[in-house]
Amino acid sequence: MARIRTTVDGLVYEDDVEPRMLLVQYLRERLGKTGTVIGCDTSNCGACTVHLDGLSVKSCSVLAVQANGSEVLTIEGLERDGQLHPMQQAFHDNHALQCGYCTPGMIMQSIDLLGENPDPSEQEIREGIEGNLCRCTGYQNIVRAVQDAASKMKPGASATADSGAKQTVAGGGA
Amino acid sequence: MTTTENAPTQEIGRDRRRKEDRRLITGRTRWTDNQALTGLLHISVVRSPFAHAEIKGIDTSAAKQVPGVVAVYTAADLGADQVQLPCAWPVTKDMKAPQRPALAGSRVNFAGEGVAVVVARSAAIAKDAAEQVEVDYDELEPVLDMEAALADGATLVHPEIGTNANAQWVFDSGEAGSGGSVAEALQKAESDDDQIIVKRRFRQQRLVPVFMEPRSTVVDPSGEQLVMWSSTQVPHILKTMLALTLGLPEHKIRVIAPDVGGGFGGKIAVAPEEVLTLLVAQKLGKPVKWTETRSESLLTAHHGRDQIQDLTMSVTKDGQITGLDVKLLADMGAYLGLVGPGVPILGAFMFNAIYKIPAYRFDCTNVFTTKTLTDAYRGAGRPEATFGIERLMDEAALELGMEPMEFRRKNWIKHEEFPYTTVSTLTYDTGNYEAATDQALQMFDYDGLRREQQERRQRGDVKQLGIGISTFTEMCGLAPSRVLGSLDYGAGGWETASIRMLPTGKAEVVVGVSPHGQGHETAFSQIVADQLGVPFDDVEILHGDTQSSYKGLDTYGSRSLAVGGIAVVKAAEKVIEKAKPIAAHMLEASEGDLEFSGGRFTVKGTDKGVGIQDIALAVFAAHDYPEGIEPDIDAHATFDPENFSFPHGTHLCAVEVDTETGFVQLYKYVCVDDVGNVINPLIVEGQVHGGLAQGIAQALFEEAAYDDQGTLLSGTLVDYTLPTAADLISFDTANTTTASTTNPLGVKGVGEAGTIASTPAVVNSVLDAIRHLGVKDIDMPTTPYRVWSAIQNASGHAGRADEANVASPGAGLGSTASDISRGDTQGGHL
Repeated sequence: MARIRTTVDGLVYEDDVEPRMLLVQYLRERLGKTGTVIGCDTSNCGACTVHLDGLSVKSCSVLAVQANGSEVLTIEGLERDGQLHPMQQAFHDNHALQCGYCTPGMIMQSIDLLGENPDPSEQEIREGIEGNLCRCTGYQNIVRAVQDAASKMKPGASATADSGAKQTVAGGGA
Repeated sequence: MTTTENAPTQEIGRDRRRKEDRRLITGRTRWTDNQALTGLLHISVVRSPFAHAEIKGIDTSAAKQVPGVVAVYTAADLGADQVQLPCAWPVTKDMKAPQRPALAGSRVNFAGEGVAVVVARSAAIAKDAAEQVEVDYDELEPVLDMEAALADGATLVHPEIGTNANAQWVFDSGEAGSGGSVAEALQKAESDDDQIIVKRRFRQQRLVPVFMEPRSTVVDPSGEQLVMWSSTQVPHILKTMLALTLGLPEHKIRVIAPDVGGGFGGKIAVAPEEVLTLLVAQKLGKPVKWTETRSESLLTAHHGRDQIQDLTMSVTKDGQITGLDVKLLADMGAYLGLVGPGVPILGAFMFNAIYKIPAYRFDCTNVFTTKTLTDAYRGAGRPEATFGIERLMDEAALELGMEPMEFRRKNWIKHEEFPYTTVSTLTYDTGNYEAATDQALQMFDYDGLRREQQERRQRGDVKQLGIGISTFTEMCGLAPSRVLGSLDYGAGGWETASIRMLPTGKAEVVVGVSPHGQGHETAFSQIVADQLGVPFDDVEILHGDTQSSYKGLDTYGSRSLAVGGIAVVKAAEKVIEKAKPIAAHMLEASEGDLEFSGGRFTVKGTDKGVGIQDIALAVFAAHDYPEGIEPDIDAHATFDPENFSFPHGTHLCAVEVDTETGFVQLYKYVCVDDVGNVINPLIVEGQVHGGLAQGIAQALFEEAAYDDQGTLLSGTLVDYTLPTAADLISFDTANTTTASTTNPLGVKGVGEAGTIASTPAVVNSVLDAIRHLGVKDIDMPTTPYRVWSAIQNASGHAGRADEANVASPGAGLGSTASDISRGDTQGGHL
């Protein structure tokens, strides 16, 4: 067992974990953060994507011990005071989800994408979310949602959206 | 239908954002694997690495020593080898059905079949210990090729049934009286200088549904009712089948389908693992969970498609089809799934498609092999048929020297000819193929792209343009119960809904269909809001739990709206009917003087009225209501459709094919679909997008490939290549509308349309791009390697097929070696 200390969605946790435990297992099985899901076991589908110190990672490809001392942000930590993150809102507004299983990972990856490139073209969005598989939507409305969120998260867009974006893209859970 | 045109807002037709999104975008989800119960145990299934083998012995002693392991069971320990998992569709009276156990007892019949199960405190411990189970196998010859499997002296998958043929199902329009004899039509064509005969063999590769949520089942045996949570499309069917299969009292079982992450047909099943989880939970008296890995899912969850299609069409030189003969071999895999044998049979009604074909024969033989079983996958039998006919239409047009759309136009049913009874005996109620096609051609700029194609040809561009057509219809909204009965299906096709009017005027609507991404909660709320004249937000849709929704036939076959949605309408009509005498009593008027609109009963010609929500409160109080009736306006309805629904559309695809690398790039995709009246255009568009992606994926990317030992080569998502966002483009979609006349909402199904239509459009476009180089056909998926090889072979270069990495994704070993020697397809096989 190894002792780890992490901040997940703004709360600090200390736990003893098996060295082989994956971050996604730690989130789901130990912290009850079942909003983050497992889709493939081979890091192809991206359903388990979370932010680790502000950057998107597939939490099936990170050991829990590697998250020691780090901040983790999951889909469950995106809302601020009951306000959806602009990306969550954009997924809803643009019907960018059907069964919703890929959605947590897709949203987390899309936020990361806009952190790197706030004004991506359609092709850049498609390439930016290439590591996240969706079987329901054909991706078209996901692309629309990311474009929509990008326009709303631009500096000068509404204050709520702007501040929400900055906090999360910066990886701050707290 | 109760119209609410005078109501302030009409919900039907609005692009309402979905009610179900909030939980899904915030992570407050209830997937089966999220279920955590005190004392929960976990199981891992030990699976056969061999496709066909005798089990000589199983040593569980080492596994039992692993700390945290509670038990290790073989089939005999649980009686799992005595279980007969159900097949609900015996397609013929003499169908051969092998026993399908929950765990193999003495012989395994496909790689991945379970032979033992480990129960442990955690899933990780169970998996570790499963590695310690020693199984002694005696390998048998695998059975992989359908034609070889039917030959005399072939190794039998199930020696006890004496054959590898499951069933042969034949429809002949001459015998049915719905058309002429194909044998005569073809004979006549052979000796007729004014006719040609076009023969082709097409291959429908094996696919995997690949729902994003891996299957999971939790069973809690500790209460009065045994509770099963399962990631299933069919909680009601599952409950009844568990009772029938295991001899459990049906009223002692409760099945819950919580949030379900996609299905596409892949979760229409009574899975061995569901039964196994139940058996273990019963044996130990403890709650037990099974969650599959993705590899387990690809290996053992049922596959789809996998047919060899031999098609023969006779056609006059001026382009009139005179006969169509269809001969299919359909790979069932090692066992029969819940509806597996019926899947290819659904194609019998669809090969004639939108065309007027005077003589038609369909002859399908289902074949057992030592592969994972096949069953429903989005479209189920109809994509296969649509691919066959739409590819053949292009081939025939080519031989006739006719423009492919012109050839289709000459043969399709004209809009003024509806309702039209087809040669396969279905009656299409409505449609307008001309309207959808004209709009699609215009959106696509068909003539412009043909010009561009011509210019690229003339310039000899490396990237050649191809244009493909698919004009399709399909039968969905499964299904009229009497029709299912005539096809020997084991159940009906009705659907139920109940409406509970709560004291505060809110409505709980219990439905028998079971959504897993379709947006039922939103669409049905819109329907109820219009029917009852209550606010959209005052409606709650309850589903997926046999305790609240005790009766239903679940979700598949694009039936939820066209059947389940109509049950909702019927239930609402009953609520209004029951409320009417109470309204009359409250208004001191006669029932005959009342009219209902916008949620209110009003006395004709006055402004006196009472709202349905107020009546709900009045019957709750029940202080004052008419003599002789019950104080209750709740209602339950069952709707059995009189016909299928027949969505149709025109799909046009343009691709760029790099003639040096074989890479196919989607260039433009236009589809105009007629799905009848639309309840929610946003949801309809989403269904079309997703359907297109899956159909395009069959054409370009996906194949469940086996090696010559029967080992699945595409056992992870590294090898089974789903399209990513970067592989697809934005589609131009639109709708034309002819309302269905067989249901009160005028709706047709939409869930499968995109998948059914798109595959042949894409393959037709790929071939259209390189046919001038001498390429005649390419098997799916048309991977760069296959396209490149086809071009090389056609141009006289031998290519390097012998050096190919046959284990690469989409390399085509699912087609098996014997295909290679078969015919004139080029580049299709390695």
